[in-house]
Amino acid sequence: MAFIRQMLTVAAKDLRSEVRTKEAINASLSFALVILLLFSFAFDPTSETTREIAGGLLWLAFAFAGVLVLNRSFARELPNDCLDMLNASPVPGAALFLGKALANYVLLLGIELVCLPVFGVFYNVTWYRHLGELVLVLLLATWGVTVVGTVFSALTVNLRLREIMLPMLMYPVLIPCLMAAMRLSTVLIGGEPITGDDVAWLRLLIGFDIIFTSLAVVLIDTVLIG
Amino acid sequence: MGMREKVMVVLGAVAAMLLTRNIWVMLTQLPDEAFQGAIFRIIFFHVPAAFTCFLCFFLALVAGIVYLAKKSLQWDAFAVSVTEVGLAFGAINLISGMIWARIIWGIWWTWDWRLTSMLVCWLLYAGYLVLRRAVEETTERARLGAVMLILNFSVVPFVFFSIKWFRTQHPQPVLFGEGKMDGIYREMLYGNWVPLLMIAAVLVLLRMKQENQQREIDALRRAAHSF
Repeated sequence: MAFIRQMLTVAAKDLRSEVRTKEAINASLSFALVILLLFSFAFDPTSETTREIAGGLLWLAFAFAGVLVLNRSFARELPNDCLDMLNASPVPGAALFLGKALANYVLLLGIELVCLPVFGVFYNVTWYRHLGELVLVLLLATWGVTVVGTVFSALTVNLRLREIMLPMLMYPVLIPCLMAAMRLSTVLIGGEPITGDDVAWLRLLIGFDIIFTSLAVVLIDTVLIG
Repeated sequence: MGMREKVMVVLGAVAAMLLTRNIWVMLTQLPDEAFQGAIFRIIFFHVPAAFTCFLCFFLALVAGIVYLAKKSLQWDAFAVSVTEVGLAFGAINLISGMIWARIIWGIWWTWDWRLTSMLVCWLLYAGYLVLRRAVEETTERARLGAVMLILNFSVVPFVFFSIKWFRTQHPQPVLFGEGKMDGIYREMLYGNWVPLLMIAAVLVLLRMKQENQQREIDALRRAAHSF
C-alpha cells in the first residue's frame, strides 16, 4: 500500500510541475504537430494513401514527440541535486521509477489525444471507427514506449550529450513495440477490426509490456544507485 | 610470453591452417551448387559468421549479468570485447549476404525479416558501444553497459518474431528449416565455423588485453593528475 502511495506521490509531483511549467509538453506537442505537417510533403496526402500508412505516420510522430517528454523525466531532477535527494528518500527505486513512468504515460497519452483529431482533420481520415480497439492499442503501445523510454532516461541522465543519446539508444529497443503499434493502428484506422493474424501483434504488445516493465523494475536500482 | 599470449598464438595459427585448408577444399573439391553456381560458397562464411555473432551477443549478456553480481571489471572488459567481436562478425554476415543477394537476387538489400532483424540487432549492440563512449567513469560505464546488455538481449527475440511476421524473401534456413542441404556442404559449413570461432576467440583475448591496459593507463593518468 505504501508502495502505491509513494508511486502516486512521485507521479503527482512530476505531473504538477509539468502542468505548472509546461516545459516538456509544449515543446513536445508543437513538435508532434510540425511532424504531422511535414508528412504532408513526404507523400501525396490523399485520404487513400494516408489510410494505408496512417499507423506508421502517427507512431513516428508519437515516438519523436515522446522523446522530448522522456528526456526531461530524469533530467528535471538534476538541478539542485534533486535526484540524489530522491535516491536518499525512503521511496524505493521501483516506486520512483513507476511513478515517473506513470507521469510520462499520462503526458504521452495527452499528446496522442491531441494529435489524433488533428491528424484526422489534416488528412481527412475517419480514425474513430474502431475507437475501443484503437484506445486499447494506444494504451498498450504507449506503455511500452514509456517504460523503455523512462529506463533509458534514467540510464542516460548523467551522460554527456544526453539529448542525443536517449533517442539513439531507445528507438532500436522499441522497434518491436512500434511495429506492432503501427500495424494495428493502420488496420484500425483503415476501418477494419483486429482479426486473425493481427491478434498476434496484440499479444506481442502485451508480452513486450510485461517483460520490459519487469526488467525495468528489477534493474532500476542498478541504474540509479549501482 | 604469458600463458594467454601462447593460447592466442596457437589458436591463431591453427585457425589460419584450418581456414587455408577449408578454402582450398571449397574452391577445388566442392562442386558448384546446381542453381546458384560458384557464388553459393559464400554461405560457408555467411552462416558461421551469424552463429558467431549471436554466440558473442549471448556471452556479452552473461558477462553483463556476472559483472553486476561480482562487480569485477574483468567481466566488463570481457563484455565489451565480446560485443565488438560480435559486431565484426555481424558485419561479415551482413556484407557477405549483400554480395550474395546482388548476384542471386539482383539487389543489394531487401527488407526481408532475416536481413532486417540482423540489422536491428547490429544497431542495438552498436548503441551499447556508443553508450560506453559517453560515460567517463569506469565503474559507472561498466554498470550502465551491463544494464544495456540485459535490455538489448531481451529485445532480440521480440525483434526476430515481430519482423518475421512480415513477408519473407530470404532462402529457407538450410540447417533447421524446410530447406535441404547436401551432406558435404553441411560438413563444410560447420567445419568452417571452427576456425572462425577460433579467430573470434583470439580477437576477444586481444581486445581484453587492450581493455585492461587502457584501464591501467587511465588509472596512472588520474594518479599523475592528482599530484
